[in-house]
Amino acid sequence: MVISVASGKGGTGKTTIAANLAWAASTLEPVTFLDCDVEEPDSHFYLKPDWLGEEDVFARVPLVDLSCCDGCGKCAEFCRYNALAVIKGDVLVFEELCHSCGGCALACPLGCITYADRRIGIVRDGTRGGIHFYQGLLDIGEPLAVPVLKRVKERHTKDGLTITDCPPGTGCPMIESIKGSDYCILVTEPSPFGRHDLDLAHRVALELGIPHGVLINRSSLSDAVIDDYCEEEGLEILGRIPFSRNLAEACSQGELRTETDKTWSWRFLKILEEVKKLCLLSSPS
Amino acid sequence: MRIAISVSGNDLSAEIDPRFGRARGFLLVESEKGDFEYFTNPNVDAAGGAGITTAQEIVDRGAEAVITGNVGPNAYRVLESAGVKVFTGASGSAQEALEDYKSGKLASAAQATVEEKFGMGARGAAGPGMGRGGGCGRGGGKGRGGGRW
Repeated sequence: MVISVASGKGGTGKTTIAANLAWAASTLEPVTFLDCDVEEPDSHFYLKPDWLGEEDVFARVPLVDLSCCDGCGKCAEFCRYNALAVIKGDVLVFEELCHSCGGCALACPLGCITYADRRIGIVRDGTRGGIHFYQGLLDIGEPLAVPVLKRVKERHTKDGLTITDCPPGTGCPMIESIKGSDYCILVTEPSPFGRHDLDLAHRVALELGIPHGVLINRSSLSDAVIDDYCEEEGLEILGRIPFSRNLAEACSQGELRTETDKTWSWRFLKILEEVKKLCLLSSPS
Repeated sequence: MRIAISVSGNDLSAEIDPRFGRARGFLLVESEKGDFEYFTNPNVDAAGGAGITTAQEIVDRGAEAVITGNVGPNAYRVLESAGVKVFTGASGSAQEALEDYKSGKLASAAQATVEEKFGMGARGAAGPGMGRGGGCGRGGGKGRGGGRW
């Protein structure tokens, strides 16, 4: 079962929730944890894995054989990302704009284009307790997060429990991160901004056909802004994490409350139980 | 010499568009004769690489110099490899910029004058007040931006 933790708005507490969920669950079963927020992965601060190893992630970029190229410009004309320019018979490749689609090689009538690998990041893994931890890390200055997080996602396990910490927003990295999940927890906060971006994330999950529910973090007396929205949309509220100084302090120290406090552990296990129940209800079999 | 000027209108009285890759259009001026033609820049709303493809267009249309406000690193690389001279810091009308160029008042850029994506915040708006960001960023709260995948 793959449970992804996402949100429209950044800073709602995705990583805190995902890490605490994983830790609480790992006291009962083995857990695979995937940090797909490859632009700013930070779940390792909480889960503190002992690192086992890392591997490079590469993107394919075009390699033009200029001795055979006649400068016709068909490759640059084809590239919708404008990663190629053909200037006076010379082909300029802007590697960081390339999406590795392979179209330029197909468009080249002379077959002068092959591919070279360019490193854009790493995937590393480690363990702690019952958690096997995987994390993608995009190289500094690289714009394309998706190829790196796709490699992280190759570690999805369908038999055991996989928890995915997703990047914020509703752009391509978030979409790719939640794709293939059995359930998506949308973390939000009781503010107009939280509600606005929850709406965006909800619509992405709907579009992808992923069962999803809402977890209200920093829950307070102003929850109505989210409650009303969830009622209008028929969205399940999975739970509420109270606005607590205690939790915030743990967070700022990189501590997991579920590790030190049975009450918190119980709270997160209850959320997980609810998610698993909803997951089974919505599964087609 | 054929000179491409980034403009927000279609004749010499038009204001300079300070963006290069996402300029509204260009005047191609024959500097000796004073003849000119205008073309609308098809890359104003390009998802990415606007500077590159606009520079390609300029080169393909035979310009030997560019007069604009700012130019980014990718566009600069294309223009430079084609031997197109780049004059930045232009303002006012295209006519004024052309005169500034002729009297040597415009700086010839030896490198890009702005970072990538500089022109992305000012879609459709001419003149100053360009901002970074906008358009394609990631979800909010943390101030992260970046291109669409």
